[in-house]
Amino acid sequence: MKKRLKAILINLELMVTSLIVIIPVIWIVMSSFNNGTGLATSSLIPKKLTLDNYRRLFQETNYVTWFKNTISIAVVNAFVSVILILITAWVVSRFKFKGRKTGLMAMLILSMFPSFLSMTAIYTLFITLGLNKTPLSLVLVYAAGAIPYNVWLVKGYLDGVPISLDEAAYIDGSSKINTFLKIIIPMSKPIIVYCAVSQFMMPWMDYILPNLLFTGESTKTLAVGLYSMISGKENSHFTTFAAGTVLIAIPITILYLIFQKYLVEGISAGANKG
Amino acid sequence: MTKRKSSALVSVFIWGGGQFFLCRQKLKGLFFFLMQVLFIGIELLSGYWLEYFSGLFSPFSIRLHGGFFTKGLWGFITLGEQAGAKGGDHSTMLMIRGIISILVLLTFIFIYIWNIRDAFKAGKWIDEEGVYISSKESIKKTYEKSFPYIILIPIIILLVFVVFMPIIFSFLTAFTNYNKNHLPPAGLVDWVGFKNFTKLFQVPIWSNTFFSVFLWTIIWAVCATLSTYFIGMFQAVLLNSKYVKFKSLYRSIMILPWAIPQLISLLVFKNLLNGQFGPLGQLLIDLGLTKERIPFLTDPLLAKITVILVNLWMGFPMFMIMIQGILSNIDKGLYEAAEMDGASSFQVFRKITFPLVFKATGPLLVMNLAGNFNGFGAIYFLTEGGPVNPKYQLAGDTDILISWIYKLTLDHQIYDMAAVMCIILFIIIGGVSFWNFKRTNAFKEV
Repeated sequence: MKKRLKAILINLELMVTSLIVIIPVIWIVMSSFNNGTGLATSSLIPKKLTLDNYRRLFQETNYVTWFKNTISIAVVNAFVSVILILITAWVVSRFKFKGRKTGLMAMLILSMFPSFLSMTAIYTLFITLGLNKTPLSLVLVYAAGAIPYNVWLVKGYLDGVPISLDEAAYIDGSSKINTFLKIIIPMSKPIIVYCAVSQFMMPWMDYILPNLLFTGESTKTLAVGLYSMISGKENSHFTTFAAGTVLIAIPITILYLIFQKYLVEGISAGANKG
Repeated sequence: MTKRKSSALVSVFIWGGGQFFLCRQKLKGLFFFLMQVLFIGIELLSGYWLEYFSGLFSPFSIRLHGGFFTKGLWGFITLGEQAGAKGGDHSTMLMIRGIISILVLLTFIFIYIWNIRDAFKAGKWIDEEGVYISSKESIKKTYEKSFPYIILIPIIILLVFVVFMPIIFSFLTAFTNYNKNHLPPAGLVDWVGFKNFTKLFQVPIWSNTFFSVFLWTIIWAVCATLSTYFIGMFQAVLLNSKYVKFKSLYRSIMILPWAIPQLISLLVFKNLLNGQFGPLGQLLIDLGLTKERIPFLTDPLLAKITVILVNLWMGFPMFMIMIQGILSNIDKGLYEAAEMDGASSFQVFRKITFPLVFKATGPLLVMNLAGNFNGFGAIYFLTEGGPVNPKYQLAGDTDILISWIYKLTLDHQIYDMAAVMCIILFIIIGGVSFWNFKRTNAFKEV
């Protein structure tokens, strides 16, 4: 009897929690099919379903441009960041040189400074160098900003890859660069996936920096564009916003779920720093 | 005179001279000499030195005619002398240029010292061994030795300009009066020393706001972290129970908030909880639970509770997944032994599960705490720090330090005070993270 009660209670709790988790999700999905535009008219179970909001999203907003901007930043950023991080981590992990320890410590301290607090200087720098015209220049900030933390992470991982593999390659006459390409890269696939995915996600989430650095419709990223749709008091474009949100949240959520294993590993490795 | 002394002495005046003339290392000598030419060239050509020397004009003023280094240093020290949008000095621009020229100058000083040391070493080798090493061999040796530097130089340059330089700028701003009353290019910014720091602690409205916001920041960080941690652990333990039938279904649902982009979740909640039109408020009225709409995000106390709860919704799945992973690795034998001894499930949790999980997640917990301390998104995108508190200096009731800094910078252009707070925040976060990190193994192995 006691066991029975326990089983019921546990299942009940899980059901309630699942409901709390899923209701906002269902609500936003339903809102995107809602007939009507404002927040006030949206409800959990709309009376009439329509695709109007999606049509409006593509016809009346620059969703496609925002999407193109964001995805190009995301792809380039993932690529550039991984290369920079991996090379730095490799050098730091495999070579002993003067200033290595100081450099690592400096990077550790740098990584603790919230990057957007230095935005005034970045803003001035961007204007001085004329970088505030193309959104792709954000990659510079994202990639450089990702180096300090991730180098520690990847260095910890590479330290765990047996050095005897490198030495064997050197004995066979392989050059340093070649060893890096043929041995280090294939061995560090999980951590590369983690860095790539987390860097790919950056521009989808970041509102502050693109909002500050770029003005004008053609340079907006998705986060800035979506936010502008609901910044008014009455939220009269709420259902269009919902459609835009659903459309972008689905692929990203799937991406997260696919790479779940790597991401979890990466996060816990980050906390333990290897 | 020994070769090492003469070689170093020549290199003091002509970079690479010792290597080139005395040690027969032509290529290397040439490299250092080129650096000297570059150094002097930059200064001469970026300024009006040549025109001045040929007597085209006088008197010479660094402000108008200085080169990259002299003008950079002048700008850094004075932050501009002539105000005015047209033809005046732009203080922040001068400061950034000053920082850049100091960094470049330091690089050249480094090369200069390296040049003298290298000349000394090359001479010493000849003194002791009596043979000359050719440039080729020496360069090959240098390449082997400095391979890491060669690879890292471009990355270091990127880091210095995009990460390091802005942080230095931020830090230095705290010692100036850069705010809406002194906005370049119309106005000039000046160095004011520690005045902003004393202002923060001695002017009542600043110090009161600072301590209230700081207190709420701590409460927020601790509540946000502990609530997600313990609810996450609770769900993981429940999911692990043998009475649960549709484990993977529950798990797939509960993992969603972790996978959905945070910004999107926050904006969705902001609308869901909207005080005027939000459907949750409407639902409560329809059910007859309340008479009026509940101001979830605009009542001081309620808004604080709301942000913590929304954060809980977003944050617990991450800990749930982590802890589930740890639970599956715990030796089953431990539980069997406990069961044989007749331990209750609460005892099992307290004596076996919790200590093991806590040990494995400790560092993650501290990192999460530091992250929440800077949890800008959860606050700003839900309430924008509001409701505005008239007793505070430009802050709202749910503002944490970082969102307050953000508002001071972007909305009110009080850059100097914001920078002071940045430094304080940095010291706190850095201190906690460093302490956390020092206890891990990675630190000892560096």
